[in-house]
Amino acid sequence: MTLTDTLQTSFKTVVSYRVRSLLIILAMALGVAAVVVLTALGDGARNYVINQFSSIGTNLLVVLPGRAETSGSFLGAVLGQTPRDLTLKDAQLLGRLPQVRRYAPLNVGAAELSAANRLREVTVLGSTANLIPIRHMKLAQGSFLAHGTERNAQIVLGAKIANEFFPRSQAIGQRVRLGDNRFLVSGVLASQGESMGFNTDEIVIIPIDYAQALFNTTSLFRILIEAKSHSEIESAKQAILATMRQSHDGEDDTTVITQDAILATFDRVLQALTLAVAGIAAISLIVAGILVMNVMLVSVNQRTAEIGLLKAIGATSTDIRRLFFAEAVWLSLAGAILGFLLGQFGSLMLRLAYPQLPAWAPAWASIAGILVALITGILASLLPASQAARLDAVKALGKK
Amino acid sequence: MIRLTAITRTFHMGDQAVYALNDINLHIASGEYVSIMGPSGSGKSTLLNIIGLLDKPDGGSYEMDNRLITDLSETEQAQIRREKIGFVFQSFHLVPRLTAAENIELPLILSGMPSAQRQSLVNDALQAFELKERAHHRPAELSGGQRQRVAIARATIMHPSVILADEPTGNLDHQIGAEVMLLLENLHHTGTTLIVVTHDRELGLRAHRQIGMRDGKILTDQTDDAH
Ligand SMILES: Nc1ncnc2c1ncn2[C@@H]1O[C@H](COP(=O)(O)OP(=O)(O)OP(=O)(O)O)[C@@H](O)[C@H]1O
Ligand SMILES: [Mg+2]
Repeated sequence: MTLTDTLQTSFKTVVSYRVRSLLIILAMALGVAAVVVLTALGDGARNYVINQFSSIGTNLLVVLPGRAETSGSFLGAVLGQTPRDLTLKDAQLLGRLPQVRRYAPLNVGAAELSAANRLREVTVLGSTANLIPIRHMKLAQGSFLAHGTERNAQIVLGAKIANEFFPRSQAIGQRVRLGDNRFLVSGVLASQGESMGFNTDEIVIIPIDYAQALFNTTSLFRILIEAKSHSEIESAKQAILATMRQSHDGEDDTTVITQDAILATFDRVLQALTLAVAGIAAISLIVAGILVMNVMLVSVNQRTAEIGLLKAIGATSTDIRRLFFAEAVWLSLAGAILGFLLGQFGSLMLRLAYPQLPAWAPAWASIAGILVALITGILASLLPASQAARLDAVKALGKK
Repeated sequence: MIRLTAITRTFHMGDQAVYALNDINLHIASGEYVSIMGPSGSGKSTLLNIIGLLDKPDGGSYEMDNRLITDLSETEQAQIRREKIGFVFQSFHLVPRLTAAENIELPLILSGMPSAQRQSLVNDALQAFELKERAHHRPAELSGGQRQRVAIARATIMHPSVILADEPTGNLDHQIGAEVMLLLENLHHTGTTLIVVTHDRELGLRAHRQIGMRDGKILTDQTDDAH
């Protein structure tokens, strides 16, 4: 029996057992579709988080006081030391490092903003003009602290706050009161919405000196640093740590977090999540495989007389085994293709329902889903096929 | 062309042995027309199955065309079934989901013949067995006689040298049965060896050689001189 005839004959058989075949194909397809949709969801979530996180800066390093490693802080705690604060002087020192393109010191707090008979509490960022480019913020109008004018009592309003306080008039040029000080509105941030749980539409930004005065502190909350290039991030980190060690009398009490490292961690965690979800979905494929095996065993039983007849007219055991095997191939192939299409359709629906979620199934998941479907279907057919091939011709013919 | 020597076939039912064939010695020459008769359970079907290589004897030897069959591999035996032997069964054994034409085509597919060639042979067979109008009907839509004609067309499409028919008229009424016998006898007239198992004495006597069986043994073996 030729391969073409085997494929054709088994294809006809699959078509003629319409309902049974459709049920198997559907079971297979749902498994594959589950793999595709769930990995699309997982990978979409991963890409979403990474995009969000990438959007807050490029080649970003964050310097914060204290050591992240437990051993250091434990020793510090035993010796009764508290980590030294970061200061503006530290920030200026770091800014001079060759790997650093620009830096922005940062303080964060809350204060009451009042103007035009309105009053509300706002989140206040204290920084320099560089904060805007480092954090990839955009000004809708105006400017913030043109270089060299860091001591001006200027304030930048978040989009929502500007709209709240000055709904009808131009915000720029207006005077507002923050705490006990008066500020001149010099810019309005473009609306960006929430990013990483931080809504830039509801903040105000003032020069760092004013912020330190407002919060009555000489220390900094963070220093944001942008490395000159991606390849210089690691050396920038080492240089920052060395500089801080020197300025803190040889004490390693500063932590540098790179955007890259956080991204990599997110990436790993979410990738693992996607894999786990794909694995769970793949279990449904195994279940479908067991279904295929069961249905084919029943089919061999029902077609016993036919198998006996085929042997009587000269089919070899190999012919019979291949016929049943080919049936499984057709069924799993159809199931895999249908499942892939269903999965793509499901992913499309997800993207339509949640436009911010890039729910595209990764290629590896689609390929793995299809392969697992084919392999389970084919493995599941081995037992029924060899059972059919081994049937005793005389007994098989005798069966009605 | 068929030579059975000291063939035995024993079935074991629990601790009881059934001697379905007990020391069978038989020679059938090419082109003979043989009927096998005997009471139920006498071993007629078992003998036919062994001649048709569907069953293996427990003892003895089987030669076909001077080749020792008993030693051949499973694949070689399948090839002999495909090329030299045509089976006709009492219950037709058509594949229910295939049309008449497709059922007739099955042995050709198994032999690996290209499709175009198959179609022309199937058409000839449909013509010869007056099944042209029924070519695309499934077995369920055919009468008993038509079903047996399809089965005979299938059994002969490879031009086998032996036709083995186990009660070919058992499921047919007398008139239709006689027509089916005529078809088989026509094949015999073209030189095919014909071996028919039957309960029907009248049909059995039409053969040129009648073998009578009882309890797994050949009791009588009679050749008509007239033929
Ligand atoms: N697979 C089997 N298992 C056990 N015993 C069997 C088997 N096949 C046949 N037999 C026994 O072998 C003996 C011969 O059976 P066989 O079918 O050859 O008889 P038969 O002459 O064809 O009978 P019938 O006219 O009823 O078809 C019977 O006693 C039968 O019960
Ligand atoms: Mg019988």
